[in-house]
Amino acid sequence: MSDVTARRREGLARFWREYRAQRSGMYGAAILVVAVLAALLTPLLTDPSGLDVTRATGEKMAPPSLGFPLGTDESGRSILLMILWGSRVSLLIGFLSALLSMVIGTVVGITAGHFRGWPSAVLMRITDWFLVLPTLVLALVLAAILGGGTSTIVLAIGVTSWASTARLIRAQTLAVEARPYVERSRVLGGGHWHVMTRHVLPNVAPLVLANTTLTVAGAIVTESTLAFLGADAGQASWGSMLRGSYDWGAVTSGAWWYVLPPGLCIVAVVLAFTLCGRALEVVLNPRLRGVS
Amino acid sequence: MTLLEAVDVHVEFTSRGRRARAVDGVNLTVGEGEIVALVGESGCGKTTLARTLLGLERPASGAVRYGGAPLTYSTRALKAYRREVQLVPQDPTGSLNPRHTVYEAVAEGPRIHGLPGERERVASALSRAGLRPPERFFPVYPHELSGGQRQRVVIAGALALDPKVLVADEPVASLDASVRGEILALLLRLRAELGLSALVVTHDLGLAWNIADRVAVMYLGRIVESGPVEQVLSAPSHPYTQALLSVLPESPAPIVLGGEPPDPTRVPGGCRFHPRCQVLAGGKAAEAGVDGRCRSQPLSILPAVPGSRVACYFAEVSRAPL
Amino acid sequence: MTSPETRPGTRPEARRGGLLELRDVAVTYRSAAGDVPAVRGVSLELAEGEALGVAGESGSGKSTLALALLRLLPKTARVTGEIMLDGEDVLAMTWGRLRAVRWASASVVFQGAQHALNPVRRVGTQIAEPLLVHRMATPARARTRVTELLEQVGLPAWRARSYPHELSGGQRQRVMIAMALACEPQLIIADEPTTALDVMIQAQVLTLIRSLIAGRGISLIMISHDLSVLAATCDRLAVMYAGRLVETGPSREVFTGARHPYSRALAEAFPTVGDFASRMAPRGLGGDPPDPMRLPGGCSFHPRCPVALPSCAWRDVELWPADRAPEEPASPASSAPSHTAACVHVLPDPEAGPEPETTGEDETPAGRPAKESA
Repeated sequence: MSDVTARRREGLARFWREYRAQRSGMYGAAILVVAVLAALLTPLLTDPSGLDVTRATGEKMAPPSLGFPLGTDESGRSILLMILWGSRVSLLIGFLSALLSMVIGTVVGITAGHFRGWPSAVLMRITDWFLVLPTLVLALVLAAILGGGTSTIVLAIGVTSWASTARLIRAQTLAVEARPYVERSRVLGGGHWHVMTRHVLPNVAPLVLANTTLTVAGAIVTESTLAFLGADAGQASWGSMLRGSYDWGAVTSGAWWYVLPPGLCIVAVVLAFTLCGRALEVVLNPRLRGVS
Repeated sequence: MTLLEAVDVHVEFTSRGRRARAVDGVNLTVGEGEIVALVGESGCGKTTLARTLLGLERPASGAVRYGGAPLTYSTRALKAYRREVQLVPQDPTGSLNPRHTVYEAVAEGPRIHGLPGERERVASALSRAGLRPPERFFPVYPHELSGGQRQRVVIAGALALDPKVLVADEPVASLDASVRGEILALLLRLRAELGLSALVVTHDLGLAWNIADRVAVMYLGRIVESGPVEQVLSAPSHPYTQALLSVLPESPAPIVLGGEPPDPTRVPGGCRFHPRCQVLAGGKAAEAGVDGRCRSQPLSILPAVPGSRVACYFAEVSRAPL
Repeated sequence: MTSPETRPGTRPEARRGGLLELRDVAVTYRSAAGDVPAVRGVSLELAEGEALGVAGESGSGKSTLALALLRLLPKTARVTGEIMLDGEDVLAMTWGRLRAVRWASASVVFQGAQHALNPVRRVGTQIAEPLLVHRMATPARARTRVTELLEQVGLPAWRARSYPHELSGGQRQRVMIAMALACEPQLIIADEPTTALDVMIQAQVLTLIRSLIAGRGISLIMISHDLSVLAATCDRLAVMYAGRLVETGPSREVFTGARHPYSRALAEAFPTVGDFASRMAPRGLGGDPPDPMRLPGGCSFHPRCPVALPSCAWRDVELWPADRAPEEPASPASSAPSHTAACVHVLPDPEAGPEPETTGEDETPAGRPAKESA
């Protein structure tokens, strides 16, 4: 069925055309490309030994200079180097925890939307419970119980942030399930699995994609907050840099180069993901576009 | 030979805290190679009855029988039943997943049932539904088709399972006048070529006249008149059938019934049509001496027989002397 | 010239060209893929108190034409020609004048009454709205008027306090009609007013529409794909195909004796119950409506036409007198004929070469306003 794959490719090209028309989405995508490239290339271009407190070469709390374009921290490490290596941790945790959150949210949402009656009621009560729990406190407690490490932070963020996604997916699932083609599929003999995978999932997938992008932004903020509050992954991340700057009184001592770069990086990447997510929503969600 | 049968079927819903008797005792049969039209206003329970016959609703009491055996509602039994009885839905546009090509839409049934020779099956189903050459339609998306073509794709999707019975719910209601005849002719041709039986649910008496062998007129959950189309539609016995026929645009003397469509949560006592009955209101029922029974005595449920039957006290007495 | 039929809607004093006159009206939608001609040169006249039915399938341009009458089309539509409503050119009106005209002179009953009513406002308020907006009544007077209007459409006065969802489909359509009547318009445009309704409710609504326009001098333009419904309600019919009129004439004549094969197909689509010719023989029209961007050359109906001649592929015929007496010397220049059809078979000699008034081009360029006989 080469003609079908050709149609698929055509659809992809149309998607790209429509996405390109979203100017803010293009800015967001550009920022993301830069951030992801930096994170990927850092190990190839820089030496991680500079992150070791004992092997730091610079002066303590030195302002930006030629050798250290963004200055140094309290141990004489290069802020630029820490930002670059920190981007790896922040992005990785952001992506993984958003992925986890989306998987849980989608499974719960589709299941609750597809099976009416008590399974749906039970799932939605659990969702409501997670929705009203103070996410940050729960994540802090989880991180404390499970011990440090990247996977712990990912788990803590993922497990606490899926509830709103589940609600969204459930609403969309209910809308899809009301379509006559789902009834037709049932009459053709399709079971639960068939309806959920062939009709519901492809129809909620665009929403999932757009929502994931927004969730990544939230996850990066949560990671930074957790790190700032002390629950870090044991490696330099943007959040833990902010924590360090706070601990060493960077603001009061006027060491702006210690505070601003990690803060601005968080803002830029979160903004970029939000812009991309909104643009994807507009392109993929026909209701926002007006005409399907 | 009776193929599909409803035996004393009752279906109930709870609507805003009240019990609605959507289908309230119906006997209906569809024979092999027979086209039966189920006619009535919206809210009369005809779509609920059709969904029950498809196994999408479970009757509160009574049974659906296929080939003499009562339908069971286990997942496996229902799946096997789907290969025999298929649906032609009302709205072909909504019934096709906009993300699926014509090929995928028609292949859905064979894939679910794991039938061999998918490509050939899809091609033959499409050409039997009048979309030729079938290969040309494989990669097309529903929005690129006209309304009539979409309905043909939906019919092809049903045919791909080689069913014995089609249950068509208002198959042409959402189509243009010019396409309507083509789709109805297709149903007739499928009967002639494949021996398909069909139950056509409609509010359109002209459709029944066009293609059906027998017609059953439904009012408020019950069949009030049934029989061969020529007999029932040329010489209707039930006042409700008479009224329905009289308001067709071509009719010389319309009897426009007052009031709103009946409410299945409030079924009147006696004959359920009596509050709107023009024969009772006109005093003819009183002349015949049946008005008391019309208002208070429930009618018995019509049996499913090939001949003409009518559930009306007045028709019984006025027909008797003939 | 009046309709030969005597039916409820006909008023003997009805005069042609009275209320509404369309001259060569064309509507073109601009789209990314190019211009889409939806209506291609329609000329029509509607007398005071006359009921005109416009028939055609989806895509024939019938709804576009109706919306163009009150300039209700989206901005992407370009309307050319002349639309004279009561002697005033609608296309030249200022917005203020147009808004006044929209309720007071002509109003629209849309199809799908559940979407045209605001779900969160009581129906009484919605009926009174045009009266108050146009300062045609004080709030107190508007309330009594709402009661009056509801009575006229057969609804009890307490229904004014209901919300749309509390009404059935037929009742909502009645409310729509009450709204249309509120400012006592001269013209009502009803777009598929009964399409989604059951036969019995449809009969109720049609009876209501007929009784309301009869004897009040209100003109009606009713749009539907069901020729039998139009024939039962209207004095005259106009059948549209691919953006043009293909047949006009008195209802009964068009419905029972259509001269254009397309009108005939529409008329036969809904059978007469009891007519054994249609028993087990549903009749329809093969093929699909043409793509307005790629109209066939010649007569745009010829690819689907059961009686097409070879010449139809290049020869486009205008509306031509089609009264039931072919021997009569036919001339489009003489007094306006009551029954016209745009088909080669109504010409005195179908096989003859192009008449002076017919075009014999290989292709009809899309968007070119076609010339129609008046």
